[in-house]
Amino acid sequence: MIERFSELRNTALLVSVFVIAGCGGGDGGGGDAGAADAAPAESPVDAATAGNVAGMVTFSGTAPMMAEINMGSEATCAAKHSTTPTEEGFVGGENGGLANVFVYVKEGLESLSFPTPTSAAVLNQDGCVYRPHVLGAQVGQDITLRNSDGLLHNINASPTENRGFNVSQPVNMDTNRSFPVAEVMVPVRCDVHGWMNSYIGVVDHPYFAVSGSDGSVSLDGLPPGDYVIEAWHEQLGTMTSNVTVTTGGTAEISFEFTEAMAGSPVPMGEPIDLLHPDGHQAVDH
Amino acid sequence: MSVLQSSSPNGLSKKLRFSPQRVVLRALLLGASLLVVPGDLIAQVDGQAVYDQWCAGCHGEDGAGAGPAANTMLPRPRDFTLALYQVRTTSSGELPTDADILKVINEGMPGTAMPGWEEVLTEAERLALVDYLKTFSRFFQGDPPTPLDFGRATSGGEDAIARGEEVYQSVECWRCHGQQGRGDGESAPTLNDDAGFPIFAADLTENWRFNGGGEVEEIYRVLRTGLDGTPMATFSDIVDAGVITNEDLWSLAHYVRSLSPEEEPSVEEVVTAQLLTDTPLPQTVEDVIWEEAERFYVPLAGQIVVQPRWFNPRVDAVWVQAVHDGRELALLVSWGDPSESPDTLWTDFGGQVVTTMGSEDEGAATGSGTADQLVVQFPQQLSEGQERPYFLQGDTRRPAYTWTWQSDIAGAFESIARGMGTAARQPDSEQHVRATAQHADGQWKVLFVRPLDTGGEEDLALTAGQAVPMAFQAWDGDNGESGSQGAVSTWYFLVLGQPTPVAVYVAPPIALALTLLFGLLVVRQAQVGSGMWREPDAAARAKRAVKRTQLAGMAVGVIWLGMAFGSYQNSRTGWEAGHADLGFWWAIIGGLLAIAGLGALIGTWIHTRTSK
Repeated sequence: MIERFSELRNTALLVSVFVIAGCGGGDGGGGDAGAADAAPAESPVDAATAGNVAGMVTFSGTAPMMAEINMGSEATCAAKHSTTPTEEGFVGGENGGLANVFVYVKEGLESLSFPTPTSAAVLNQDGCVYRPHVLGAQVGQDITLRNSDGLLHNINASPTENRGFNVSQPVNMDTNRSFPVAEVMVPVRCDVHGWMNSYIGVVDHPYFAVSGSDGSVSLDGLPPGDYVIEAWHEQLGTMTSNVTVTTGGTAEISFEFTEAMAGSPVPMGEPIDLLHPDGHQAVDH
Repeated sequence: MSVLQSSSPNGLSKKLRFSPQRVVLRALLLGASLLVVPGDLIAQVDGQAVYDQWCAGCHGEDGAGAGPAANTMLPRPRDFTLALYQVRTTSSGELPTDADILKVINEGMPGTAMPGWEEVLTEAERLALVDYLKTFSRFFQGDPPTPLDFGRATSGGEDAIARGEEVYQSVECWRCHGQQGRGDGESAPTLNDDAGFPIFAADLTENWRFNGGGEVEEIYRVLRTGLDGTPMATFSDIVDAGVITNEDLWSLAHYVRSLSPEEEPSVEEVVTAQLLTDTPLPQTVEDVIWEEAERFYVPLAGQIVVQPRWFNPRVDAVWVQAVHDGRELALLVSWGDPSESPDTLWTDFGGQVVTTMGSEDEGAATGSGTADQLVVQFPQQLSEGQERPYFLQGDTRRPAYTWTWQSDIAGAFESIARGMGTAARQPDSEQHVRATAQHADGQWKVLFVRPLDTGGEEDLALTAGQAVPMAFQAWDGDNGESGSQGAVSTWYFLVLGQPTPVAVYVAPPIALALTLLFGLLVVRQAQVGSGMWREPDAAARAKRAVKRTQLAGMAVGVIWLGMAFGSYQNSRTGWEAGHADLGFWWAIIGGLLAIAGLGALIGTWIHTRTSK
């Protein structure tokens, strides 16, 4: 029972953190690192003192072949592609660049809180593929699920930390959803078109990016300090890098994924079972 | 036969689940239970103990849906740690209410292995279970979910159904469920549930197997909430966005409901082959005769006796129709099957099914993609005492005589089998059965034609009026089924309708004439009697006349009752010979005669009594 109470307390704490974050006013100054139990300050970043993180995500080795998608039954979608579309589990670019890698600050921002963006992140279904294939969004930020194909798609999100949803869109339309808890990553699929899948990275700050086909990424406007940056790829797993950001400086990152990493387990959300911490152990009544 | 049915995972015998009375009763009981049962009463029941005893076998002690029996089930038992529940009154992605969880515990999940527990567990136990299930996920520690407002059902009717069909087309339900709703849409072969297990698009022509319930209100609820954890998505957003109206969504529910029979089909033990007298025997599956001929529902279940067993049969029932012309029998068997196996679009799906079912039985299928198959089974010889062969293709003592149809070869062939998988094809000289097949809109129709008497000494002869045991077995190759891994039925009887006796046609005019005659006699007698009554000195004669009236009235009454009995016999003969019309009209005549006869008796009694 004591364990259970402490778990309840942790949950309550977590909830109160979010509540306070939503209501509290910003102090405008730098983060008060170390005061983990105190409410994080909102909008704490002073642009004048901020620095950046920038670098490359690359892949070395033999790139896995991606299967061609047969859109024969979907003429509308097939017509939107000039070349035969392929699956997007691995998209490499020139000079070894690796695309669709979600890069974000994993540690170092715990003492800060950030306002929820008023603009929506858009996940577009266009030509029976998701655009972008990997999307980043902030906790609570509207995610616009957009159907640009005018035929039936369903957007089936199956997160672990958050509650999922499964929405039908039979016509061109927008539907908004959001996730209240940070989670890297939320898998999204379309059951109507078995080849369509996507991932949404949900974090509680604005310092995230998705690599383009040249492999370049940058996280701008970070307050000076030490950070753990993580890079997540849907087939190659994750890599982390420790960086120190200084005022006006640009900390270099370089994530080199290799062929050998293919097939390794890819983290998807974290275990959520606070009551049953070791997975599926029943509660002792 | 009862063994088979009770071991069926499909809950075939729960016919009355959705009768309005029971729904109302359940609603009242549920309401009462939530109000009345005090918390401390529930607290006395150990939810975990109830769960471990009754639920853990399938759902696992840890609630993750992987109990010891889970491998024999598809869809898999629910994983409670994810807090994803199909049957809810809440939005897609929301938690279920306590009442939602209790509903599934009480009523079970049609079309799955989940039975209802209302009759097994006490109310306090079931409520304690609801509480215990919620401890498997932290999500339940938050605020209780708010049910959606579904409003009131619109009235159904042809207009609503027609509008619903338009909505079915415009919101593209057919992509998974198919144009005729049989779960054969183009996206059907690639469907997986959230746990990655293969999942079928529901066959909308079998509403008694809908996971979320088969009545209009339940279909509407599923359209609004989706079935979380499955590919079935919510359609609430398109109503909110004004793409369709809420009334349209109700119309869609009415349309989907209209794809299934009004009642869950009942199982008749006797399949009657109507005798055709003035129409030729149908030679195709599309003959108009099949639109008229009575349809018999034959449920099938997985073959789980002989190894390797099969726990996930795709074919849950076949519909059987039969006619004969005195020389040949035509037997039409129809069943839902989304693909014409082997269909490469379904190869992966079947492979996943085989992997998921993970049979350890020796000789179990390791892949999919064989042909679809149907076997109609009879005894090799009829025995005096109506003893039937073992239902799985007989044994050495009583062999079975089978007709086998396969989707990859033309026609059908006859075999003699002495146990599952031992069928030996008869020599060509003794092949008499012909078959034609058609696959359209997710349905197979196979027509068998065979002479009633093949002339062969050893062959089973079919004789009008004689009951012949008959059973069915079906395989969906694209579902990984072959060999002993398929679906089987128990024994039924095939009865060939007999020619209608001439008396059936001659008797009605005679009966009418007699009725008229006797009626006139009674009236006449009554008139004579009452006329005499007025003459002052004829009291004694009048008394005799009353006596005569009494006798005549009683006699006519008895004769009419006798004729009523005769009509009843004719009616029964008519039904049994497959002449439903004759049976019906003789029943009417019999009923009228019975009323007339009783009327005559009672009337005479009253009349002569008051005359005294």
